[in-house]
Order: sequence, then structure tokens, then C-alpha cells
Amino acid sequence: MEDTRPIALEARNLVKDYPGLRAVDGVSFSVPEGICFGLLGPNGAGKTTTVEIIEGVTRASSGEVCYYGEIAGSRFRQEAGIQFQNTALQDYLTVRETIQMFRSLYDRQADIDDIIEQCSLEDLLDRDNRKLSGGQRQRLLLAVALVNQPRLVFLDEPTTGLDPQARRNFWDLVQSIRAGGATIVLTTHYMDEAQVLCDDIAIMDEGKIITHGSPEELLHARYGDKLINLSHGEIRRPNLEDLFLDLTGHSLRA
Amino acid sequence: MLKRIFAIFVARNREFVRDRSSLAWNLLLPVALVFGLSYAFDGQRDEYTVGVLQAEAEIDTSSHPFLETRYVRFVPYESIDDAILKVERHQLDLLIEVGPPTRYWINPTAAKGYFIEFALLQSSATPSSGTIKEHVAGKPVRYADWILPGILGMNMMFSCLFGVGYVIVRYRKNGFLKRLRATPLTSLEFITAQVASRMVLIMLITTVVYTGTHLLLDTRMEGSYITLFVVGLVGAISMISMGLVVSARVTSEELAGGLLNLINWPMMMLSGVWFSLEGTGETIQRISQIFPLTHVLESARAVILDGATFTEVAPSLGAMILLSGVFLAVGAWIFRWEQY
Repeated sequence: MEDTRPIALEARNLVKDYPGLRAVDGVSFSVPEGICFGLLGPNGAGKTTTVEIIEGVTRASSGEVCYYGEIAGSRFRQEAGIQFQNTALQDYLTVRETIQMFRSLYDRQADIDDIIEQCSLEDLLDRDNRKLSGGQRQRLLLAVALVNQPRLVFLDEPTTGLDPQARRNFWDLVQSIRAGGATIVLTTHYMDEAQVLCDDIAIMDEGKIITHGSPEELLHARYGDKLINLSHGEIRRPNLEDLFLDLTGHSLRA
Repeated sequence: MLKRIFAIFVARNREFVRDRSSLAWNLLLPVALVFGLSYAFDGQRDEYTVGVLQAEAEIDTSSHPFLETRYVRFVPYESIDDAILKVERHQLDLLIEVGPPTRYWINPTAAKGYFIEFALLQSSATPSSGTIKEHVAGKPVRYADWILPGILGMNMMFSCLFGVGYVIVRYRKNGFLKRLRATPLTSLEFITAQVASRMVLIMLITTVVYTGTHLLLDTRMEGSYITLFVVGLVGAISMISMGLVVSARVTSEELAGGLLNLINWPMMMLSGVWFSLEGTGETIQRISQIFPLTHVLESARAVILDGATFTEVAPSLGAMILLSGVFLAVGAWIFRWEQY
């Protein structure tokens, strides 16, 4: 059955050149409304650069980004929520003040108590944001990404460095955001995360998308009904990690 | 737009006020300097200073033997009113107009005037009968009166340049600017909020420090407090704008520190913070006019020491507004959010 959902986001032939390096090389994809789209790839594959071009914080050498059919502009800035991989917040502000400051930058504003509850920040509201643990800080950054009731949410490697409990907790959060109707673009190194959260994935390597589809489609296309026989005798079905390693190689990246 | 500017303004104010060490430094440094320097130097001007009333910029020492006296600094003055004011305030020990007949002015209450008069009368070609002596009277300008605007201006300069320039580079380097870039906030809104925040904070600090030192040291105030406040306000805007130009693109805190020092030091040395630029070369005086701090100090001292009115300091205010406009336009034009 044909997908009738509108296209929330479309990247058209994005290219980003740095001196001596083409970081993004003709990347195109579209993300229908309401799904979780995963952009996967090894270090240096060009995921973060691609996402930053789409977010408008890095200028593309060529190509364009459309948001609901229009070139991404002021409407996109009002309606997109972004969680960067590494970002500093303003020093000496509490969690509540940080959320309030970012919320004031948008015309569209979410209910502050709802965000606090959704991101489980009730007990941290008066804490200086520099004194948060890794998991608490990620929840705050997610809350900051949600202050404008975003229709489109970017999560750039949101669980890197988190312990297993914090990661699971974060997955629940992402699923609740998606259940609320938002479209999600997720970049991650973790294949289990992509398998749990994403409806559609694109794997990038050397600045290009090398494969694109739903996790099930990609696994079926690559392995069919094959099983993997592990060295200690266990037999299991191939997963996204097997596919990722098959496509991008096992050697270390510079 | 105003809502976004206000949000960034409030956040920056909170960051500044809660950074106790920075706040204490901004308050205590100028107070310590004013008290320390007043104590150390008040009344200890070693050199004799004599004004020479003449139209030319260079003093012709052969025109009168007194002008060859050693250990005396001779400063040319065109305006008799300005020069007499200096004698009144003990800033000039004697004023001379080479004759014939030679005239001179001294303040009878100034000890150094009493001694330099002896030197004048003893100089070989000056028979006392050929000179006309005039008396002027006035309260001396103490070193504290003179240095207070200098220290406050210098503190304002450091706070404006580093408090805006350095902070924006830090924001850029740690990715906070990139995070703001992903919101509807525009660069103009961001810059406006930064200027407004620093302006309010520095004016509060300067007002507190000025009021405290003014009351404790009983410094001179001949003009209007409102005019002085306007001079400080316009000066703060011009120096903040200067800091913005430095921070508009720089991504390294080390480079920003170097560039800011490159501006700070000449400005501190050539704007008249520590010593008067009177008697310095014409080139130095011309260069000093491109620094906002020169205009701040000239106007503030004119208000404090000479009772200058708003109209009288208007040319300096105009120069500072012009400089602010140029700096802000360049800063907004070359501003970039991202690190690379």
C-alpha cells in the first residue's frame, strides 16, 4: 500500500566540501511525517555534517533542504527541535532557567510543566546545569529540543556515553515523543538503538548513502532467511549490526 | 523579537551576576586603584609645569631665558581662559606670556607657584620691573579628582571589551552559539542582547564605584551627574561595540585575548587614563582621537573638573556614537555563529 503521509523533510543532493575533503557527497533522502528516520554510519561518514546542513547550522556547498515542500527557512526554525551531539549551555543557569530561556526564543511554546515531566527533570529544576550527570544532561538537552512543541526533532547521537539504564530510559522518551506525532531524525552509532527506534534507516559511508530502507527490508534484502552461526555454536538471525559491518567493513576508521 | 532579546539579556545578566569572582573583580579593582593611586600620588607631582601663552604649537626657548630653565615642563596654551583655569586648580604652577611686557599668573595658595615665581624673577633678562604679575585663586584639583574618571573609564574598557569580546568567542568555541543558531534567534537580536546586558551591568557597577569613591574621597564635581551618566552610557556602548568587532569571527580564546590586548594597551596608554595628553606630540593626540576611551575621559573630566554642559561635550558624544555605529555595522556584517 502506498504511503500517503506528507513528506516532512527532504534532502536534495546535498554536498559539503572542505579543503581537500568532500564530507558529504550528493546525499538525498526524504522523511515522511511521523516516522523515526535513522542516519547511521561509522565515524567520519558525514552523518553529523549532513544533519547540520539540514538543521541550518552548516552551509552546504550545494543542494537544498525542503520542509513540508518548501525550502527550509523561518517556519522550519520555529517548528524544528534539535539536540546536538556536543553543546554547551549558558553557565550559571539552573535547569528551569535554561528551559525557560530557550522556550522564550520561539513563537510556538510547549507547556513547560509537560516538558519537565516528560523528561523527568522535576527533581533537578534548581540545579546548576553544569552539575548534571551525563544522563541528566541529555534529558535537559532533549527538553531544550522540545520547548517549541516541534513537529520535527533531530537527535544527534543522543545516547553516546550513557549507561545502559539511561539509554533505555532515553529510548522510552524518544518513543513517547514519536507517539505524540513528531517526526524524528536520529543519528547513532548504536545499531540496537536504531533497530528499536527507527522505522526507516539510511547508512552512510564516505559522505554517501550506501543503503536505505526499513530495518526489516534491508536485513531481508541482504540475508534473506539466512542464519548466522557464531563461533561458540550459537545460531541466530542477522541483525542491523551484522548488516552495518558487512556494508562498512570491519577495519578501524581514521 | 523583543521577547527573544530579553530572554538572552536576562540569561547573560544572570551568568554575570552569579559569577562571583568576576563580579568582585569588576567592583574591587577600580576601588582599590583609585584609593591606592590617590594615596600614593596625591600632591606628589615632582615636576614644575608652566603654561606658555602663545599661538604657536612649538615653544621658542630663545624668546625668554626663563624658558630654558631645567626641570620645568613648558606647555603651550592658546586659550588664556583654559590656562588660567589650570593655574586656579594648581595643575599649572605658573602661566607666562612673553612680552614686552612679560605677564605671568600664579595662584598665591600654591606652594610650587611661589617657588617657580622666584625662578622666573631670577632669570637674568627679567627685571622685576618689566613684568606684570596677576593673581588667580581656586581650589586645587587633587590627583584623586583627576584619576577617578581615568580608572572608571579603564575598568569600563576592560569590562566592555573582555566581557563581550571574550565571552562571545567562548560561546562560539564551546558550541553554545551553534545551539542558538538552530533557534529563530537572529544575529542582530543576539548582538543587541549582549550589548544591552553589558551596558546595564557596567553602568550599574560604574555608578556604584563612582558614588562610593566620590563620597569617601570627596572628589570634585563641577558639572551635572546626568551629563556624566550620559557620557558613561554612550562610552560603554562604543567600547562594547568595539569588543563585538573583535569577537565577530574569532574562534580561539587565545587569539581573542591577544587582539583585545592589542586594543587595550594603546588605548590605556594613549587615552589619558594615567597622564594628561597635553604636551604630547600632535601625532599622538591625533591617534588618541580614534579611541572611544579618549572621548569618554575628555568628556567625563570636562564635566567633573570644569563643569562642562551637555552641549559642550556633545562633539565627543557625537564622535562616540559615530564610532559605535561603525563598530556595530562591521560586527553584525562579519558575525558568524559557527566555529568553522
